[in-house]
Amino acid sequence: MNNVRRAVRHGSGGQVLRAAVAFYVGLLVVLPLVALVVKGVGVGPAGIFRAVMAPTARSALWLTLWTAGVMSAVNAVMGTFTAWLLVRHTFWGRRFLSSLVDLPLAIPTLVAGMMIVVLLGPQSKLGGFFAEHGFDIVFATPGIVLALLFINLPMVVRAVEPVMRELDPAEEEAARTLGAGDIRIFFQILLPPLLPAIVTGTLQSFARALAEFGSIVVVSGNIPLRTLTSPVYIFGEVESGAAETAAAVSLVLLALAATLLLAVRGLQQFLAAHRRT
Amino acid sequence: MRIPWRLLLFVSVIGYLAALVLVPIGAIVIRVVDAGVGTVLGELARPDAVHAMALTAILATIAVVINGLFGIVAALVLVRQRFWGRRLLDTLVDLPLTVSPVMTGLAFLLIFGRAGWLEWPLETVGWKVTFAFPGLVIATLFVTLPFTLREVAGVLVEVGTTDEEAAVTLGASAWQTFWNVTLPNIKHGLACGVTLTLARALGEFGAVLILGGAISGKTQTATTFIYAATEERKEGAAFGMALVLALVSMAVLGLLEWLKAPRKEE
Repeated sequence: MNNVRRAVRHGSGGQVLRAAVAFYVGLLVVLPLVALVVKGVGVGPAGIFRAVMAPTARSALWLTLWTAGVMSAVNAVMGTFTAWLLVRHTFWGRRFLSSLVDLPLAIPTLVAGMMIVVLLGPQSKLGGFFAEHGFDIVFATPGIVLALLFINLPMVVRAVEPVMRELDPAEEEAARTLGAGDIRIFFQILLPPLLPAIVTGTLQSFARALAEFGSIVVVSGNIPLRTLTSPVYIFGEVESGAAETAAAVSLVLLALAATLLLAVRGLQQFLAAHRRT
Repeated sequence: MRIPWRLLLFVSVIGYLAALVLVPIGAIVIRVVDAGVGTVLGELARPDAVHAMALTAILATIAVVINGLFGIVAALVLVRQRFWGRRLLDTLVDLPLTVSPVMTGLAFLLIFGRAGWLEWPLETVGWKVTFAFPGLVIATLFVTLPFTLREVAGVLVEVGTTDEEAAVTLGASAWQTFWNVTLPNIKHGLACGVTLTLARALGEFGAVLILGGAISGKTQTATTFIYAATEERKEGAAFGMALVLALVSMAVLGLLEWLKAPRKEE
């Protein structure tokens, strides 16, 4: 039996396949990222600091972080509610609603940005109405948050959904029988076991927001010091031939995203260990 | 008075989803209809637009074939084999999901571009990667790398090795086992992975823009065509192509949902 398992595990060409996979990943993923990191590190700590602290770069980083933060907060709340609606209720059109949640994964983010510009841009009726009342959405920061919300719509919902499905509704019903209201049931019964999944989904959407380019570049107007985000700033630096600055800022963003995703991974491992016991 | 929280939540979630997804899609449809369907179709029938669509279709096909094959092999290696560095490899293959497309473009420029690591050898051989077709292929392969792999790996973990062990016990060769046992088992995951790869390849923008340079009629893809048309204020062309991409990606998503639905019967 052990031989059989070995045959399945390793196969006759196991080594060859393994080498082929490692080679492909090495060439396509590791090599370019090493080149990026080498370029960034080559600038030196002082150089990186200077690149990131240049007024335009610093304001871009700050804008990227705070818009991602606002998006994450809204996404955490609405994502949890959406998951609750999809898991705990059966209603006409539920499957349609569920597909709507997945739609932003399929639609190119550039197209998502275009849709927001068409709907809320200064030329549109709705955008004109808001602008008249002194509230610019497109080519301003609200547009950035909106675009980020669109592209990250599925992240929290899809993280929370499977966990909520595993929870026994009997607990919620028991609480109701004992006289607890909807609000109390939500906060005391439903929310505590969901929290890790909510945090996971939220951190993932935050990390995605740090990298977003396609939708932002059409929505934000890219005004330096005002509506220019870090990925768009990096794009501008690349286009104008300043590879060092671009690499230095990239390095900082990558480090941030890596930290976040390590946190997510740690959380997932903790959860897996927790569930087994 | 009791506040109807449930109803309130119901309405707010549905309102939120409709405002965020449905209304913007509707807006672009209305804009295209406003501009005149005939005019927009005329814009999309021009040679540079047709070229852009064809290029995107070719790139998506290449990504589906190469990363489909890679995904199957890599999933088998990562799920079934135990070796030193497996967890590192498992982390590395997910990197394309995290790295901004802009950084992807920059990273490949540092290798293939001017003063890049491979500039000299490439020049000697006379190969042009940046601002040419190979650059577009590399960028698309990079961003679509994990999708088939992740879907197939998920299915492989789920089905376990019992079937394969039975086949090997009964004397099947490695190839027979793969072809008659493993492949039918993973075909569902494979189909989902291919669909996700397709959707991602159709929509790639940042990396393709930097590496390809969006030269009209040469390296311009559907997404970079939209971007260029917006910059040149050719609204009919931009919105028309955006709507085409949106419709195609919705069709792809519909296919995915359809693929995922019949699981219960099995």
